[in-house]
Amino acid sequence: MQIHDQPQLKAEARNFNFFYGEAQALKKINMPIYDKKVTALIGPSGCGKSTYLRSFNRMHDLYPGNRYEGEIRFFPDNTNLLSPEVDPIEVRMRVGMVFQKPNPFPKTIYENVAYGLRVRGENNKRVLDDKVEQALRGAAIWEEVKDRLQDLAPNLSGGQQQRLCIARALATDPELLLFDEPTSALDPIATGAIEELVHELKKRVTILIVTHNMQQAARVSDYTAYMYLGEMVEFGKTDEIFIKPKDKRTEDYITGRMG
Amino acid sequence: MNDSQHLSSQFDEDLSRLRTHVLQMGGLVETQVSGAIDAYTTGEVASVKSIVETDRKVNELEKAIDDDCAHIIAKRQPAASDLRLVLGISKIVTDLERAGDEAKKIAKGVRRIYEAGHMPSQYGVGIRHLAEAALAMVRQALDAFARMDGERALAVIRADNDVDVEFKSIIRQLITHMMEDPRTITTSIEIISIARAIERIGDHAKNISEQVIFVVEGRDIRHNKEAIK
Repeated sequence: MQIHDQPQLKAEARNFNFFYGEAQALKKINMPIYDKKVTALIGPSGCGKSTYLRSFNRMHDLYPGNRYEGEIRFFPDNTNLLSPEVDPIEVRMRVGMVFQKPNPFPKTIYENVAYGLRVRGENNKRVLDDKVEQALRGAAIWEEVKDRLQDLAPNLSGGQQQRLCIARALATDPELLLFDEPTSALDPIATGAIEELVHELKKRVTILIVTHNMQQAARVSDYTAYMYLGEMVEFGKTDEIFIKPKDKRTEDYITGRMG
Repeated sequence: MNDSQHLSSQFDEDLSRLRTHVLQMGGLVETQVSGAIDAYTTGEVASVKSIVETDRKVNELEKAIDDDCAHIIAKRQPAASDLRLVLGISKIVTDLERAGDEAKKIAKGVRRIYEAGHMPSQYGVGIRHLAEAALAMVRQALDAFARMDGERALAVIRADNDVDVEFKSIIRQLITHMMEDPRTITTSIEIISIARAIERIGDHAKNISEQVIFVVEGRDIRHNKEAIK
């Protein structure tokens, strides 16, 4: 029983520190990310949850002065994502990212989704057609856009743009998807569609999501981590965190008693 | 329990009003139970009427508190200790209301016995003792709720066992009475239902205490004999 309860690891942070120049933004984070589960990161603004999320696809490499310490192990191959020998472009193929505001490229719907594949050197039209359709279906937007794949992506509604961005991230068959407050710019209906999608996606991909919406974390995630001032205060099953958190600081945050 | 304040003072007020109403309802039920016991021993049939009237207020409060719980859930989406408090309260009021109903049954039974020209306290020796034990359980359960005291709640749950044992011994005693003197059967049956009502009041106090433990500690100890040892 116990063995079945414990899912496999997809990734694991081990004594992970992060510095913006001199300032330490993340302090000794140790945390598992379970395979094909949704893990939510919650915490007040400035607690480091987005910084942590972005470390998973080496986004901090884009700016000088940023520094990682410790490891983020990625399984099953046990690669340290942070190792200088690991190519960030390769990491980003395996770890996709969806941002707070939908950010489609000023290109057609089709080209948005095909982009990552083309970067990878795929130019066979039949393969691209196939992958684009699969990704759009995976992001639950195929039915809405299949007759206008050559329209410009920025003309879609906000909720559709966000699902298109998810399709774009899915096109390269990532193993881990990072969501940075993916619904904060969307209305409740579009939010519901994204949450439903997250539920579908976890059948084939592991998901790490930052959200300010506590109810959203409770609804979509299997595990929740509460972060505060750059530290991981508590990590546990979502069901337990929202009924009976162990740490008083977690309790205060999720019941609205901060400060 | 978490004593710090919410960012929303309105939420704090909502929760504190909810708790006050539960205690108010508990106070009314407590007077119903003690009134029923007094009626039993003294024969003050007049108090039966006031017990029945109090029951109406108790019912109203139950509905009002349930309504408040629904509003808090809809508006505040409580989590963790707040969620446990609201869930616990919505169950506690059900048990309080039923304990009040049992008190009403006792009072009405007492009235029937007197009206038939009997003195209930002549029969069922030990009823008064049983009733006082049940009343003490109700008081302590409410006290445990007011102070959010899990230890006290656990003591109530343990006490329920004694009440059950005493109830069974009273029943045996009444059966003996009835066999010895069939003329006592009518009254004895009334007394048995009174004893049964008292025993049920103890059960409700125990249920309330189980909810208090859930609210305080997040543990569900219902149907778990190990947890109360």
